[in-house]
Amino acid sequence: MKKYKDIYPDENGKFGIYGGKFVPETLIPAITELEEAFKRFWINNEGNFREEYYRLLRDYVGRPTPLYYAERLSEELGCKVYLKREDLAHLGAHKINNALGQALLAKKMGKKRVIAETGAGQHGVATAAACAKLGLECVIYMGAKDVERQKLNVFRMELMGAKVIPVFGGSQTLKDAVNEALRDWTTNVRTTYYLLGSALGPHPYPMMVREFQRVIGKEIKEQILKKEGRLPDVIVACVGGGSNAIGAFYEFLDDDVELYAVEAGGKGIETGMHGASLCAGEVGVLHGSKIYVKEDEFGQIEESYSISAGLDYPGVGPELCFLKDEGRIKPVYVTDDEALEAFQILCRLEGILPALESSHALAYAIKLADKLDKDDIMVINLSGRGDKDVQTVAKALGKEI
Amino acid sequence: MKLSEKFDELKNKNEKAFIAFYVGGDPNLELSEKALSVICKYADIVEIGIPFSDPVADGITIQKADVRALKSGMNPLKAFELAKKLNEKFPEVPKVFLTYYNIIFKMGEENFVKKCKESKISGIIVPDLPIEEADSLYNYCKKYGVDLIFLVAPTTPDDRLKKILEKCSGFVYVVSVTGTTGAREKVAEETKELIKRVKKYSKIPVCVGFGISKKEHVEEICKIADGAIVGSAIVKIVEKYVDENGKIKDENEFLKELEEFVKHLKKGTKIKSKTKEKTVIKNI
Ligand SMILES: Cc1ncc(COP(=O)(O)O)c(C=O)c1O
Repeated sequence: MKKYKDIYPDENGKFGIYGGKFVPETLIPAITELEEAFKRFWINNEGNFREEYYRLLRDYVGRPTPLYYAERLSEELGCKVYLKREDLAHLGAHKINNALGQALLAKKMGKKRVIAETGAGQHGVATAAACAKLGLECVIYMGAKDVERQKLNVFRMELMGAKVIPVFGGSQTLKDAVNEALRDWTTNVRTTYYLLGSALGPHPYPMMVREFQRVIGKEIKEQILKKEGRLPDVIVACVGGGSNAIGAFYEFLDDDVELYAVEAGGKGIETGMHGASLCAGEVGVLHGSKIYVKEDEFGQIEESYSISAGLDYPGVGPELCFLKDEGRIKPVYVTDDEALEAFQILCRLEGILPALESSHALAYAIKLADKLDKDDIMVINLSGRGDKDVQTVAKALGKEI
Repeated sequence: MKLSEKFDELKNKNEKAFIAFYVGGDPNLELSEKALSVICKYADIVEIGIPFSDPVADGITIQKADVRALKSGMNPLKAFELAKKLNEKFPEVPKVFLTYYNIIFKMGEENFVKKCKESKISGIIVPDLPIEEADSLYNYCKKYGVDLIFLVAPTTPDDRLKKILEKCSGFVYVVSVTGTTGAREKVAEETKELIKRVKKYSKIPVCVGFGISKKEHVEEICKIADGAIVGSAIVKIVEKYVDENGKIKDENEFLKELEEFVKHLKKGTKIKSKTKEKTVIKNI
C-alpha cells in the first residue's frame, strides 16, 4: 500500500498539485513567520507547547470525546455503528480543537489581536471562546446574510467579548467573510493573527489545521482498538472545508480502512445549488490555495448552497483534493432532504440531535450500510450538535416553533 | 509598445510615468471602452483590470467595480477584444492586464500569455501570485515576450526583494502601504522609505501604487520613483455617476469629469526644474 501519512505537504506547502500560497505579497512574510512559529512550537514542542495544548483539550474542551456504540442505529442499519462524539466537545463541535490550538500559537507568537471568518458561526464561537480564555482581542468576520440567519451565534460570540463585523460584499456568506478577513490581515499584518477555521487557505494553514484536528482520528483509533480489538472498516465524515474529515481520516490513511467524504448535495448537483466541489467542481485557486472549486467557465467562483451553513462553501481543502485524485478517499454527496431525514432518524433512535453538517455524514452512512455485513464496523464522525439548527429544521419541516 | 520603450521615451522628455487603472467592463463593455479611450489620451501606461469574483487584494471601491463589470457580462475574452480595440486607437500607450491567478489558470497559462501577445498587451500583474508560485507563468511570459510585473510590499524583506527583482520585468510595482487598494488621504512616510529601499536594488523602473488619489501624491511619489499608479480614485468617478442598476446617469458629464481628473493627475509627473520645485514646496 502507498504511504501518505507524514509525507505531505512538501516544503512548498503542496499536496501533489494542490495547496501552495497564492496570496498578496504583503502577506508572504506573515505566512513565513507563521510557518516558522508552527515548527517551533508544534513540531519542536518549544516550551512544552503540546503538553499545554493537550491539557487544555482535556480540561477545557473535555477530550477525549466518547466513541459511542449506537446500538439502536446499528440494529436498524444491520452493521456496527460507532459515533465519534465531537458534539460533546466544548461549544458543541470539533471547531474548538483548531481554534484553541491556533489561539495558543498566536499568544506564543506575541500577537494580541486575532481575526477569524465564520459561516454558521461555529468557528466564530470557538475562536471567541479561545480568545476569551487566553486574553486575546477577537474580531470575527461574518457574511451579512449569515449574521441574519445565525443571530444566536452572533450573540454568543459577543457575550464572549468578540466583535462581529458583518460583510456586505459579494454573496454575503462564508466565502466573502474569508475575503474580508484576508483584507484585514493584509492591512494589520504586523499585529494580527488570522485564525482560519478549516483545513483551507495558504500553506501552512491546511497542514496546521489538520494537525490540530488530528486528535479526532487518534482517539478513534485508540478507542476502537480498545472496544473492538481491530480497526473499523469504514469511516464517514462530512466535508465543508474539510477539517473534521481530515482530522478523522488522517490516522487511518495508511490503513486498510475505507474513507468517505460526504459533501453537501444541496438541492441536487444538477440544479447547480450545492456545495460539492470534490464531486462536481474543477481545479482552481481560491483563498490562497489550489483546490477543487465551484466555478464558471471563466474561473469566476460561484456561490455554493447547502441547508447546512457549515458546508456552504465553494471549495475543499487541498489535502482532501489530493487524496481524492489518489483514490484514497471516496467523495460522495447527499442532498438537503436526505440530511434532514438522517437528522430525524438519529434524534428518534438515539436521542442525539446532530448538527446538519454531521447529518450529511449520517445520511450517507445510512445508504452505505446496505453494502455492509452485520460484523462490519462503521465510524461516523459526529462533528457537532444540532441545537443551532433546530430553527432551520423546523422551518424545513413546515413546523412553527 | 513595450514598457521599457515607454520609460525611455519618458526619460527623454524629463517625465515620470502616470499609470492609470480601470476595470474592463465597468459599468459595461461599451462605456469602459469610452472611459479607457479618455484615459489613454493622458496616461503613459494603462492598467486594465479583468474582473474577478473574489479580489482579495482590492479595497471596496475596486471590489464594487468588479461586481458591476461581472454583472454586465464582462469576461476575459471580452477583455482581450477591448485591449485590441484600444491598441488600434492608442498604439503608443502600453497596456497591462491586472487580474487574479484563477482567471489565468482557468484559461491556461500559455493560452493567456499568447493571447496577451496577440492583442499587444505589454505586461501582466497578478496580485495573488507571489514568486514562489510563478515559475511556469514566468516562463511563458519570457517565451512570448510579455512582461510579468511583480509587487513588493512594505513587509517584503531585502533578500526577498532581490529575488523578486530577478524575476520582474517592465517595472516593479511597489505597494505603498500594508493594506488593500483604495484611495487614501496622504502618502505615508513608510512609503518613501520603501521606495528608496527598492530603488537601491532595482535595475528596472520603480512605480508606486495603492492609495494614491491626488495630483499632489503623484508629485510626491514622482520625486523619488519612476511612476505613480492611480486606481481607486479613478474608479470612484464611475461610482459617483452610476445608479443601482449599473447605469451611468449622465455619460457626457462622467467622461468629462474623468478626463479632467486624469489630465490633472498627469501634470504631477512632469519633473520641474530645481527653482520651480522650491516654490512648490513653499506653497505647500
Ligand atoms: C458541526 C460542523 N461540522 C462540520 C463543519 C464543516 O467544516 P469542516 O469541513 O472544516 O469540518 C462545520 C463548519 O462550520 C461544523 O460546524
